[in-house]
Amino acid sequence: MSTHGGSRPATGRIRDTVLLGLALVSLTVVSAWSLFIGVSDIGLSDLLRAESSKMLLFVESRVPRLAAILLSGSAMGVVGLIMQSLVRNRFVAPTTAGTVDAASLGLVIATVWFASASVFLKMTIAVIFALAGTALFMALVQRLRYAADIIVVPLIGIMLGGVIQAAATFIALRYDLLQSLSAWTNGDFSGILRGRYELLYLVGAMTVVAYLFANRFTLAGMGRDVAVNLGVNYHRVLYGGMALAASVSAVAVVVVGGIPFLGLVVPNLVTMTMGDNLRRVLPLTAVSGAFFVLVCDIVSRTIRFPYEIPVGTVVGVVGGAIFLVLVLRSRFNAG
Amino acid sequence: MIELSGVTKRYGPNTVVNSVSLTIPGGGVTALVGPNGAGKSSLLSMIGRLLPMDEGEIRVDGLDVSRIAGDVLAKKLSILRQENQVAVRLTVKELVEFGRFPHSRGRLTAEDGRHVEEAIDFLELAEFAGRPIDRLSGGQRQRAFIAMVLCQDTDYVLLDEPLNNLDMRHASQTMGLIRRLATELNKTIVIVLHDINFASYHADRVVAMKDGAIVADGTPREIITGPSMAEIFDLEVPVHSYADRPVAAYFAIGSRHLHGQD
Repeated sequence: MSTHGGSRPATGRIRDTVLLGLALVSLTVVSAWSLFIGVSDIGLSDLLRAESSKMLLFVESRVPRLAAILLSGSAMGVVGLIMQSLVRNRFVAPTTAGTVDAASLGLVIATVWFASASVFLKMTIAVIFALAGTALFMALVQRLRYAADIIVVPLIGIMLGGVIQAAATFIALRYDLLQSLSAWTNGDFSGILRGRYELLYLVGAMTVVAYLFANRFTLAGMGRDVAVNLGVNYHRVLYGGMALAASVSAVAVVVVGGIPFLGLVVPNLVTMTMGDNLRRVLPLTAVSGAFFVLVCDIVSRTIRFPYEIPVGTVVGVVGGAIFLVLVLRSRFNAG
Repeated sequence: MIELSGVTKRYGPNTVVNSVSLTIPGGGVTALVGPNGAGKSSLLSMIGRLLPMDEGEIRVDGLDVSRIAGDVLAKKLSILRQENQVAVRLTVKELVEFGRFPHSRGRLTAEDGRHVEEAIDFLELAEFAGRPIDRLSGGQRQRAFIAMVLCQDTDYVLLDEPLNNLDMRHASQTMGLIRRLATELNKTIVIVLHDINFASYHADRVVAMKDGAIVADGTPREIITGPSMAEIFDLEVPVHSYADRPVAAYFAIGSRHLHGQD
């Protein structure tokens, strides 16, 4: 009996490793391919001959773009996963909890009133706004905790985001920043160059930190009573995790802009097959998030070649379609 | 030993637990019984530091539960509430492994693995080990959560109506397992029970609460009598004897009233 019980999870572990390995191989292959897609035709032979102009483009634009995609895609997938676990609602993500809207409001305010500030200071202001917006969302959700319906929680977040976005739009309109605002709310990798994406390494570091706390996030997702019983400081994990998620989202908004549906669709696809043990699913979520954004970015670069459409638009269409299929097929097990 | 002194809990103007003092020595099964709203679950939650108290002090082996670090207490005392989250998709084995969290912090050693296996075997869950808990029956899931708490390997185990929603077979099996935890593994069990007859047969001591206070405290034979049932539950209950234990025939009362035989 006990050997039988032990063997099932063991095969599960092998399956996990195989899945992750396959995902990593696919990601590597598509990543390599993406480096050679673009208006300027760069081939492997150009690099081997070290042709200076093409080499420059490669190092200054193509490689940074890939790095930005991988870092932000993986981080936003993981952030969605953490938020869904902590709020215990599968529809909660940075875009449905007011986080992204609050970050872009912060960015508008930083641009208007701290125009000469460094990117780092502007990012800090965006992070503070994202933290405040997310905290407001948490406070609202906790107020209706007992009446909380699976669908009411994200609706509140979306409404809160709408209000914040209205404020941002008002200020942007006043100060002639509407175009910038739409760039921040709709992710785009076309502007990524060397020297303009390195803040994303912060996001990568925060994703690693999230992995270290994955078990605590899973326990917090099982509710306060279970978490406290097992000696977890529930409120510290809850608010710490949400703060981490808000910070990562804000940095991503500052560098590439908001990417809709990513934090919603990717974690749900992964947890549907692998369950909610975050330590187990977090690596695959990160790889899948990066893969998803990378594929969408390639589409956005090639669909109107030689022009580009913002990756946020492509992700919105693809992610929206996947999301609808998810909702209609499984109804999310009402969970 | 669990020591409560002057423990009080209020919700607004309502005092749900009113200055309760109680000592539960180590070992055995202590059943908390009483009518709905008597404060049993609140009292249990306060002992397990899930609910802050307004007044009083609770010590477990001399440690003040409201001051001691949560992860230290988690190695000494475990508590299982009634309503357990089932939306989280973990396998039975993963759930039980989390019971080792206070000891391993998530890095399972060979010893942790042994505890997990033992807990799964003890609750007879081996054939479900790889199954997600949301695909178990109510009885299996309840046993999975008890296995998690057992795996936590604490001296004190607090259980809040663990037999709720279980059918006759699963209720009696689960209660038997809980009894074995005390008898074979020497744990101190404090359990809130709805059915007085389970308390009668399996508990060493029965503590009865009413309106936030302890109104009776003793062995099942001392507490489960006609007069004290009347006092605790405001109900005339015929008490019989079965297998040397008192049995309260509360289930027959309604029909006697209907037939006008009272």
